[in-house]
Amino acid sequence: MSDPAPKPLIELRSCEMRFRHQLVLRGIDLSIRRGETVCVIGESGCGKTVLLKLMIGLLSPTAGSVHFDGHDLATLTEAERTRLRLRFGFLFQLAALFDSLTVYDNVAFGPREHNLYDEATLRRVVAERLAEVGLPPGLEHKKPAELSGGQRKRVGLARALAINPEVMLYDEPTTGLDPIMSDVINELILQTQRTKHTTGVVVTHDMRTVQKVADRVVMLYPASHLAPGEPQILYDGPPEGLEACPDPRVRQFVRGEAGERLRELANHHAGF
Amino acid sequence: MVVVSSQTPRAAASRPAPPAPPLEPAGPTNPVQRLGEYVFDAVAGIGGMAVFTIQTFGWMFRRPPRWGVIVPSLYNIGVLSMPVVALTGTFIGMVLAIQTYTQFESMQMETKLGGVINIALVKELGPVLAATMLAGRVGSSMAAELGTMRVTEQIDALIALGTNPIRYLVVPRFLACVLLIPLLTLMADFMGVIGGAFVCTQLLGVDSYHYWMHSRASVTYLDLFIGIFKSIFFGAAIALIGCHRGFHSAAGAEGVGRAATESFVLTFIAILAIDFVLGWCWNIIYFSLYPVERGFF
Repeated sequence: MSDPAPKPLIELRSCEMRFRHQLVLRGIDLSIRRGETVCVIGESGCGKTVLLKLMIGLLSPTAGSVHFDGHDLATLTEAERTRLRLRFGFLFQLAALFDSLTVYDNVAFGPREHNLYDEATLRRVVAERLAEVGLPPGLEHKKPAELSGGQRKRVGLARALAINPEVMLYDEPTTGLDPIMSDVINELILQTQRTKHTTGVVVTHDMRTVQKVADRVVMLYPASHLAPGEPQILYDGPPEGLEACPDPRVRQFVRGEAGERLRELANHHAGF
Repeated sequence: MVVVSSQTPRAAASRPAPPAPPLEPAGPTNPVQRLGEYVFDAVAGIGGMAVFTIQTFGWMFRRPPRWGVIVPSLYNIGVLSMPVVALTGTFIGMVLAIQTYTQFESMQMETKLGGVINIALVKELGPVLAATMLAGRVGSSMAAELGTMRVTEQIDALIALGTNPIRYLVVPRFLACVLLIPLLTLMADFMGVIGGAFVCTQLLGVDSYHYWMHSRASVTYLDLFIGIFKSIFFGAAIALIGCHRGFHSAAGAEGVGRAATESFVLTFIAILAIDFVLGWCWNIIYFSLYPVERGFF
């Protein structure tokens, strides 16, 4: 981050995302520089997860383009996209561990599919990754259903890190966890960022996560609640500036106040 | 880092609400639009299924999955289906024997039952009913399993890890169905023959020697081949429809349940349609080869 204007690693240009009749994202322009950790905040349903999935190419925008390291994802072949995806690690909201596989096989999945290591090295790598996320030995042979929520998240993180990604995408990493386990996950995100020098995008509702890990914060607002022409990104700046943001909706989110939303809900129900 | 203000929360909340923006219509607003959307969805669904099938074949030859990925599918689809298919086959044979005995007995032709029961079994009832049973056991299970994987983002996780989900999830199930359903059909045929023979010769007192003599004279290897050949297509339909429905499952328990139900209903229709089309095609081929025997066939 010493470079005053480094080339963005991930860039979304005028992205729009629509699912049938539902507009989720509109006119999103966002750049993420190499090495920074960006937290994306916003209320449920505003398109944060969709934004992450656009970055890794799990979804394609209905308008606009997504660029990674200078490549427009839409112009890449499937093989090129697959190679590019291996530069990403993705921690899913509910970890998305493969139910039928053991913890060991889950973590070994990526390297094994792409023949990154021989089996002996793979055993060592899996043990290292599990140790890095603080999971005790002996857990390798358990199935995901036998793990707690925090353990599942940590296995998910170990699986994502097993392919040595340049970019880590975290989808609500602390949702559903107790405050202590949430802090463990936040520490792991910081540790990953420091030791592996990854670029991070963290989608979260949790302001403690923002306080702890973010270099920059982007706040989205639900597209359906915006006036025509109004930008969907309400805030893009350092976490310190959130409280001083002139937009009341940003301050309201940071403080966790229902505010106008209660009035909107009341009006909505009165309409029925 | 963020410092949460100690200022009273009312400060932000008490500001006047911005004017509510005009919301976009949630969907088609008139019957013509709705009809257009229905037709569009139907065409897109057929196209999607065709693309899904082509991709499955493509991955099967381009980069087949590891043996370790295929074996669990072979076990789940083949080994675990054996009891239910054996029972189905046995009861088909037994029910056929019970239902046809009275008519044949009144014409003093009960020894011919062997031919009738066994040809019906190996050409039609064995393959079709075994496939129907497997559509329920295997196809619905595939739709539910893959649907759950879809809604819990496991399919997205596969893609994020650089693995094509069709190659990893569909191709092993497709291969297992296409390879093992013919063998399961053969087993259903065998058990049906045994069940029919047991009822006729042991319970209804039909002469065993003549029963088997008529069976042998009526059923040829070609008849057996026709039944097995059809079951390959049934197996392909079970795997492709089950996996496709699972891949396109809607969110939630209701969505997964609907995917499993749709899978069974569509597979059952497909089995009957394939049976009809293959029967029609076979008739054309047979009559062009042996025109004299048309009346007999």
